[in-house]
Amino acid sequence: MSKNYKDNLPITAKKFMEELRRYRNGSVSRRHFMGVTGLAAAMAVLGAAVPGLAPRKAYAYGELGDRLVFSTWPNYHNPVNLEEFTETTGVNIQVNAFGSNEEMLAKLQAGGAGWDVFVPTNYTITTYVELGLIQELDLSLLPNYDANAQNPVFAGPATVNGKVYAVPKNWGTTGFVVNTKNITSGPKSWKDFFDVTMGAGSGHTIVHDYQLTTIGAAMCALGFSFNSIVPDELDKAEKLLIESKPHLFAITSDYQPGMRSGDAWMSICWTGDGKQLNTDFPEMEYVVATDGGELWSDFYAIPSDAPHLEAAYAFINYMQDPYIQARDFAVHGYPTSDSRVDAMLPASTLNDPILYPAKELMDGLEFGAAKTLTDPGRAEVIARFKSA
Amino acid sequence: MAATITGGRKGSWLTVAFLAPTTAWFLILLVMPLVVVVIFSFGARAPMGGYAAAFTFEQYANLPSRFTAFKNTMTFAPLGTLLCLLIAYPLAYYLAVKVSPRWKLLLLILVIVPFWTSLLIRTYAWIFILGGRGIPALLEFIGIEGVRLINTPGAVMLGIVYGYLPLMVFPIFVSLEKLDKGLLEVSSDLGGTPFRTFLQVTLPLSMPGMATGCMLVFILLMGEFLIPAFLGGGKVFFIGNALVDLFLQSRNWPFGSAVAVTLVIIMLITVSLYMRLTMGRSTGRDESLM
Repeated sequence: MSKNYKDNLPITAKKFMEELRRYRNGSVSRRHFMGVTGLAAAMAVLGAAVPGLAPRKAYAYGELGDRLVFSTWPNYHNPVNLEEFTETTGVNIQVNAFGSNEEMLAKLQAGGAGWDVFVPTNYTITTYVELGLIQELDLSLLPNYDANAQNPVFAGPATVNGKVYAVPKNWGTTGFVVNTKNITSGPKSWKDFFDVTMGAGSGHTIVHDYQLTTIGAAMCALGFSFNSIVPDELDKAEKLLIESKPHLFAITSDYQPGMRSGDAWMSICWTGDGKQLNTDFPEMEYVVATDGGELWSDFYAIPSDAPHLEAAYAFINYMQDPYIQARDFAVHGYPTSDSRVDAMLPASTLNDPILYPAKELMDGLEFGAAKTLTDPGRAEVIARFKSA
Repeated sequence: MAATITGGRKGSWLTVAFLAPTTAWFLILLVMPLVVVVIFSFGARAPMGGYAAAFTFEQYANLPSRFTAFKNTMTFAPLGTLLCLLIAYPLAYYLAVKVSPRWKLLLLILVIVPFWTSLLIRTYAWIFILGGRGIPALLEFIGIEGVRLINTPGAVMLGIVYGYLPLMVFPIFVSLEKLDKGLLEVSSDLGGTPFRTFLQVTLPLSMPGMATGCMLVFILLMGEFLIPAFLGGGKVFFIGNALVDLFLQSRNWPFGSAVAVTLVIIMLITVSLYMRLTMGRSTGRDESLM
């Protein structure tokens, strides 16, 4: 084809004007006119191209797509960070909140979840790798992640067989939060927790809809290990839980609304929620139990079948920036294992007993175990407890 | 299908062609998944969760562990349907028979529009109303302390009736609207009191609508899990909740399938019994469901 537009026209200019006059006189139909002048074809081509012709913003990060599906936990993010990410990159984040790792595992196992980034806890990563549900991360695409600045205790679980599958988000503890205005006896252990539940706090306690923490709390109250899967101990824990069930206010992992409305006076709780509640209501105390509990760290990971991979890497990279992490911390109150973030925070934070409990209490805490995640006995106990 | 084609009528291949898409849809999207569920129900739980091929009855043997869930559902569903019926019938009667045509459309719209709002949001509204800062706070104002409304079976019943009321109102409304007002006149001419007219004329004629409404609400209630989860706080456990738990947190798909199959069987039995009772009594011949 030659390049001059006059060479390849479907109709000459003179004939076009003749046809136009005929059309205006009404001698030919509109359809004939559109066909013979090539306007109909032009209209069809442009019509098909319209979505691409619409004006679009150009983003500094390039084309990342327009969506990111992000599965995380409740009250775990600063909305300002998420909005800023959307503004800078044009990627809309669709956030799903879950109350337990088992649910996340179930959704990924069933397939077709369509998630791009999700937040697993330390004890689940080996299981995900075994089932082939998460992919190894290309750290060259995450320049904001500095492995040397991480605390290996919390960042370690992300590396399986020498490959890095996740980058750390936050770490924390599992204890319980008490509204000291309503419960004055000062419970200090899981045994106290269940005693108060069946006593002074009857009808005002929340336990998690999450087998690790709820069964773990019962196990610790009975003197067993938080991660125990021994059948005999499971039976005893189930008995204790079912005994306490009539005295519970709710079984849910989203316990903040219940605590904030004053319906609930005590709840199994994670560090950051404890910090948020304590900040808003100083009478709410976060207690790390003396007879045990959980030490955990959460990570960002990418499922094997993530549909928007570039957006996922951009998002994780963005969230690993120390300033963004510090801004996240200001809202959700969970500590990070990144020393660069600690350097940005005021010294009073590093001495906060909620975020960094006393050493004697920390020593009694256990990391969740992979076998606890997959043990069918624990799954049955929590299911029977819920349906009791 | 082969049996129906050989009717010998002209153009029967056309019938097949027209029926084919719907049949394919029906087979692939309804029958096949049901067959998969039944097959799963005879399997075993894979070590990491999910389904492992096997043939065992242990899932069905394990059903009694969810007895409370079945009991809850089998009490709340009929009770909820009955309450819904008792509240919806006067409303439908008023809308169909008593209200003047000027206001009828507006009032109908007032009933429909909340139904278009997602059930989730409407249930959330009740969480706030029944929670510590809602009605109990008002009651405290006038001196009645310590009232617990949320996370009780009563709250769940309230949520159920509120959520499904429009679904019960409309079939009854349609059925009553077809009522020939002349029949009511005839009845009073023949000496019937309004009460007897209602009992012996209106009620039997609206039976199809009542049956449809009750059937709809009952079937949906058997699968309900949202309202017990929110308004019951996880303490009132329905079969729907048990299923959600088995397929998500417990990842015990075979047992979940067994529970699902049992639920379907119970529903089939109950609904067919109900239909036979109500429809068989009102008319002797076939009648449309409205």
